[in-house]
Amino acid sequence: MLETKDILETINMIDNENLDVRTVTMGISLLDCLDQDIDKSANKVYDKICRYAKDLVKTGEDIEKEYGIPIINKRISVTPIGMVAAPCQSKNIVKFAKALDKAANTLGVNFIGGYSALVQKGFAAGDYALIESIPEALSVTEKVCSSVNIGSTKAGINMDAVKMMGKIVKDTALKTADKDCIGAAKLVVFCNAPEDNPFMAGAFHGVGEADCVINVGVSGPGVVRAALAKDGQNKDIAEIAEMIKKTAFKITRMGQLVAKEASKRLCVPFGIVDLSLAPTPAVGDSVAYILEEMGLESCGCHGTTAALALLNDAVKKGGVMASSHVGGLSGAFIPVSEDAGMIAAAKKGTLDITKLEAMTSVCSVGLDMIAVPGDITPETISAIIADEAAIGMVNTKTTAVRLIPAIGKKAGETLEFGGLLGSAPIMPIREGSPKEFIQRGGRLPSPLQALKN
Amino acid sequence: MKAVITVIGKDSVGILAKVSGACAEVGVNVVEVTQSVLQNMFAMIMLVEIEKSNVSFDQLKSNLNKVGENTNTKIHIMHEDIFNSMHKI
Repeated sequence: MLETKDILETINMIDNENLDVRTVTMGISLLDCLDQDIDKSANKVYDKICRYAKDLVKTGEDIEKEYGIPIINKRISVTPIGMVAAPCQSKNIVKFAKALDKAANTLGVNFIGGYSALVQKGFAAGDYALIESIPEALSVTEKVCSSVNIGSTKAGINMDAVKMMGKIVKDTALKTADKDCIGAAKLVVFCNAPEDNPFMAGAFHGVGEADCVINVGVSGPGVVRAALAKDGQNKDIAEIAEMIKKTAFKITRMGQLVAKEASKRLCVPFGIVDLSLAPTPAVGDSVAYILEEMGLESCGCHGTTAALALLNDAVKKGGVMASSHVGGLSGAFIPVSEDAGMIAAAKKGTLDITKLEAMTSVCSVGLDMIAVPGDITPETISAIIADEAAIGMVNTKTTAVRLIPAIGKKAGETLEFGGLLGSAPIMPIREGSPKEFIQRGGRLPSPLQALKN
Repeated sequence: MKAVITVIGKDSVGILAKVSGACAEVGVNVVEVTQSVLQNMFAMIMLVEIEKSNVSFDQLKSNLNKVGENTNTKIHIMHEDIFNSMHKI
């Protein structure tokens, strides 16, 4: 029999602590949509996505109502378009972005990810043209998200791609300067990108995946914070870890249930549950506040990295037993603009880009949703990407960079995106030019950690 | 399929009757009820069988919401599996 206190606990989590399923993401392979004629190929892409995902939004809404769990986003991820575009030999790859956007609007999904290229070791046919087209693609579409994988532990770091991405990030911000540079918020540069990630902007459907799968991303920083606030006083750190594990278990079980149910109703195999703690700008739903609840005066002060390491590890340990398949990014996210506590800490000056970089070595994902001054040079963006990729490469983990150059603005000002993307205080960056280092190009060799065989 | 109805709010006369009335009206069978009143706060949990319900889940939900408005309580109806999966291994 169900216990009253358990039922009331669940209701309280949903009503007062922002517990939700962040996203149900349908991954769709486009490998059968290849064609030498770009228009034909784009049509095939549109048709296949609309055919496969026609019931996605409705099914999500039905589950939401029946189970009483908010499902915030319904999303689609597709095969990296760099591959789909390879046979076309066309410069006008933006047609694919438009087809994806049109499909997203037809279906009513919130985002569609996969305007991507995987170039960790080098550029294949289609990749170069795709990357070049990103600024335009993200300025003429609304729901398309883009990602580029420029490094991996196995392959090393493609420094030519790193050099290129510095310019692409800046150009993307420039092209959307009239909309608070929103384009750059939909572009992620990865090292060790996972192929089954349901979270945007980095979701794409890897080539090793099935034709179609359902992946689910949970959320719930508010629940973890509330648990610590309620029972965390005078507990030692191992007991805190234990409390986080138990809470993460419950959150993930809910995600697993939604994933199984969505997969059954849509007749699509269940892929993975992503265990990430994804914050939202809502008050209380913040990863930074969890760290502060552990006893830090302000997120970013000394001790933050250790507290985050504990949180990240406990979330995984609690979550992994709750789900039959765990994947994606699975860890605590620290997107500055999407986290009320991080925004407050950045405004106070206790949280800066170098502390964030240190934090990314112990959590997923990376320097995420960080606004930087608009006069930042492309080489400096590239160097930030290279630093972050090096952390991922050496530690055999995913790292990512989602920087927003705030065109026309300086450190201390703010970019306002609204909705889930929140608002981003512009952070100062370090002095000194990395120009010569970045212009060398070439391939940064993979580390010894890659040689495991 | 079984669902859990929870009613939380300030205690007043006839909450139980109104909620179970709304269920009976549409053919929803009440299997179990527990309730407690703590310092004037009323918490009731009902396990109901909704397979023979003659309205959609959506409709039932909105009917109950109306009862909630009338009785000044917050009423949720959720599939029982959500609680089973979250609280049982």
